[in-house]
This record gives sequence, structure tokens and C-alpha cells, in this order.
Amino acid sequence: MRYLIIALAFSASAMADKAIDSPSLERQQELHNMLAHDCGSCHGLTLKGGLGPSLLPKALAGKSDQFLVHTILEGRKGTAMPPWKPFITEQEALWIVQKLLK
Amino acid sequence: MFKLSLLSLLFCLNAHAELRATGDLGVVIERAKGSALIINTSKQKTLAKIEALGDLSHASVVFSRDQRYAFVFGRDGGLSKIDLLQDKVAKRIIQAGNSIGGAISQDGQLIAVSNYTPGGVKIFSAETLELIADIPAQYGDNQLSKVVGLVDAPGQRFVFSLFDANEVWIVDVKKPTTPVIQKFKNIGKQPYDALLTPDGRYYIAGLFGERGLALLDLWNPETGVKRILPDYGKDDEKLPVYKMPHLEGWAVAGDFMLIPAIGQHEVLVIDTRQWTLVKRIPVIGQPVFVMARPDGRQIWVNFAFPDNQNLQIIDAKDFKIVKSLIPGKAVLHMEFTPRGEQVWVSVRDDNQVIIYDTENHAELKRLSAEKPSGIFFSSRAHKTGL
Ligand code: HEC
Repeated sequence: MRYLIIALAFSASAMADKAIDSPSLERQQELHNMLAHDCGSCHGLTLKGGLGPSLLPKALAGKSDQFLVHTILEGRKGTAMPPWKPFITEQEALWIVQKLLK
Repeated sequence: MFKLSLLSLLFCLNAHAELRATGDLGVVIERAKGSALIINTSKQKTLAKIEALGDLSHASVVFSRDQRYAFVFGRDGGLSKIDLLQDKVAKRIIQAGNSIGGAISQDGQLIAVSNYTPGGVKIFSAETLELIADIPAQYGDNQLSKVVGLVDAPGQRFVFSLFDANEVWIVDVKKPTTPVIQKFKNIGKQPYDALLTPDGRYYIAGLFGERGLALLDLWNPETGVKRILPDYGKDDEKLPVYKMPHLEGWAVAGDFMLIPAIGQHEVLVIDTRQWTLVKRIPVIGQPVFVMARPDGRQIWVNFAFPDNQNLQIIDAKDFKIVKSLIPGKAVLHMEFTPRGEQVWVSVRDDNQVIIYDTENHAELKRLSAEKPSGIFFSSRAHKTGL
């Protein structure tokens, strides 16, 4: 029985990982650089906030992945947050969000 | 006796070896590592690296009037005073949580820093970095606004804009412990940066939240803030802005001023006699810095992501683009030598600073730097508003 639970938990977490088909290592590095520098130009190099708000886990707590992915892809009208859809896929945005929340 | 003279000889030699003038020096910010390079523009070389300056994303620098010290304003609220003669940090404080820039007063005695959190301006002694005055950017219901576009102005004043409150404040610091504040409200939505014309007369704030710019005549502040170019590009689709432009241009070709449009891939030419738009110059992307060579003949423009590998050069004779360059990945900033024969360009993702001859646009030299961003030369020490 105990084994079963472990096996279940394991497969669930494997599934969660699957869901965000990680970008290639090279692309991860690009996204990492983008996060620090291009997002960082508004959110700060350490993402502590600047013209845009802090993107540290504490600041994002309670906001759903979907909501944050949507913000990244579509931007927010009437604010300085631009849409990144032309440069980032939905999967990549989800990868960024999970990284931000860690 | 012998020992003494040997000692003094040694001292002499030593002093001689270290003799260094600072009028042709500058500072290159290395944004990712929190370090800064001290460079020499005559020798085109790096002299020293100063480390442990904190988070230097969006860092800027002003110089003491004797050009010995560089004051570095870091994103993390750090204020560092670098001694350009001795290649070291003379003093460093953390003065706020999140900071955007600073200025030095007309008399060189005061350093003002503009902060995002807590929103406001703090004023320090340039000598000791001791706090002299704290000016919270209070508005509405006891809220604090982010402060942007801080400049020094003649008359021992500082001028700045409140991003969240849509205000411009003039602060007179003739008596620094009791600053006198004059506030201008409803100047336009979300001022994001500002410039002072080189004569120190006009303060102009760019607006993110609506069309146009806010203009304040510091010779006639009682006439209030006026809106200029209220409907430029109003029939065009507003393009996304992946990096906020900076306003650091100044009047060129006599009566004309060039500034970056926002949400439009254009450089705007303004006639400063009537404050009217005379030309919109189409460029390759969202302009970030639009900088005039000191003689005003050329204007160099860099761009926001995803066009930030480019530079374009406009001739002031007819306001046409005469040259496009591709220096490399992520061109962040440029700085002209005092009389403009060279321009130094930082290329962040290539880890290079490239020096160009401005006359023929030829590359002269490259220096390596780690993720270089802002480049600031000590000749700024004697310019109002920089
Ligand atoms: C030009 C400035 C700018 C750039 C560049 C920028 N942002 Fe933003 N961002 C903002 C602003 C301003 C907001 C706040 C919008 C609001 O007021 O709701 C924001 C909000 C967000 C939010 C929502 C935060 C929350 O608490 O709801 C996320 C997530 C975000 N940005 C991610 C990014 C990522 C990832 C990048 C880079 C790919 C990026 N941003 C680049 C200005 C910017």
C-alpha cells in the first residue's frame, strides 16, 4: 500500500514536470538572460521591482500560473507591461512563471 | 638622516607614478557584476575595476565639480562615491530600497537621489554622504509615488517628476536642511523620465500614460506646466515598448530638439521656439537614447529590445539618417568624448565597449567589460542637468 502511494506521488510529480515540456538548455539560457536583463530593465536585475512590480515569489504568491502566463504573453493594457507573445511561447512563459515562483 | 631622505625619495617617486588627471576619465557600469570600470578616453584604456557596488541595473553616475569623484546610483538604493584618483570606493551607503537615479547640485555640495521605494528624494552631503533632507513624494491619500526624471537646475534647485502622482516638483535647496518645494499637479499621466535643456531653462517630462510631453519653463514657473505635442501619433497604433526610453537629448542645430517617440518607431524633431513638432524621423525600432554629439551636428540613436543590436545616426543638417550600424547584441548606452570626436558604445551581451570615430563611423577600438551598461565621462561634471 505504502509503495503504491509513493509510486502514485512519483508519477503525479513526473506528470507535473511533463506538463511544462522544458525548453532546450540553450533556450533556457537565453530566457534566463532575458529575464535578468530585458525583464530586469523594468522589474530590476534581481526582479525586486523597479518601474514594474517585484516578481519575487513573495510578491507573486496567490496568483495563478495561468494569470501570470497571460500577463507575460499579452501584457497589460494601460500599463507599461508589454506583450511578449512575439518572442516567447506559452510553454516558455509557463517555464518562466515556475522559475519565478521558486 | 639617510633613512629619512630615502623615505622621502620613495615617497616622491611614488607620488610621481600616481599622478593622474581626471578630466579625460570616465566610468563604465558593469550591470550584472555590480562593478564599474574607470577608463581613460585619451588613452582609450581601462585603468581600474571597482567592485562590490551592489545591484547596478539602471545605474547612473554624476561627477564632483573637481572631477575627482564619481557618484554611482545603484538600483538597490546604494550610493557609492568612487575616488578616480585612487581607484577605490571613498564612501558607500544604502539609502533606500529601490532607486532610479541622482543629480549633483549647482554648487557641487549636495547629492540628490530619486527613489522608487520609499518613493521620494533624499539629499546628501557630497562630502560625507550624510543625509541632509528627506523629501517623501507624498500624494493623494498618504501614498508615495515613484520619482523619475531628477535633474539639477540653476538657482541651486532640483526638479523631478512623480510617476504615480502625475506631478512635477521644484525643490529649492539654498537652505538644504529646509528645502522649499513648489508642486505642479495634473501635468499628464505617468511621466517616465525628463530632461533639462542645456541652458537650464526648460524641464520636459515624457508621458507614458498619454500623448505628448509636459513642459515647465524654469524662468517662468508661475506660468505652470504646459502640454506640448498633445496629439503626435494619435492616429497611429501604439506599438509595444519593451524598454522605457530615456530623455537625455538636448537642443541641436540651433533651435531644434530631438527626442524619442514612445510607442512609435520615430525620433521627433521639435522646434523649441514654438514647441511644435516639425518632423517625425522613422527609425528601426523604439528609440531609447537619442543623443546629440556635443557640437550638435550628429544625433546617435539606440533601440529597445528586439532591435537593440542597432545604432542609427541622424545628420542635423537635414534630419535624415546617414548611417546605420550593427555594433552587436544589446547596445545599451553611448557617450561622446567632451568635444565629440569619439563615441563609446556599450554592447551588453557581447561584453564589449566599442569606440567609434564619429566623423567616418569607423570602429577604432574595443575594450572588454562584463555586461556593460551606462558609460559616463567626467566632462559631465560641468554640465547642468546631467
Ligand atoms: C517596459 C517595462 C516592462 C518590461 C520590459 C517588463 N515588464 Fe512585466 N510589468 C511591467 C509593469 C509596469 C507591470 C505592472 C502592471 C500593472 O500595473 O498591473 C508588470 C507586471 C508583470 C507581471 C505581473 C505581476 C503581478 O504581480 O501581477 C509579470 C508576471 C511580469 N510583469 C513579467 C514580466 C516578464 C517575464 C518580463 C520579461 C519577459 C517583463 N515582465 C518585462 C513592466 C514591464
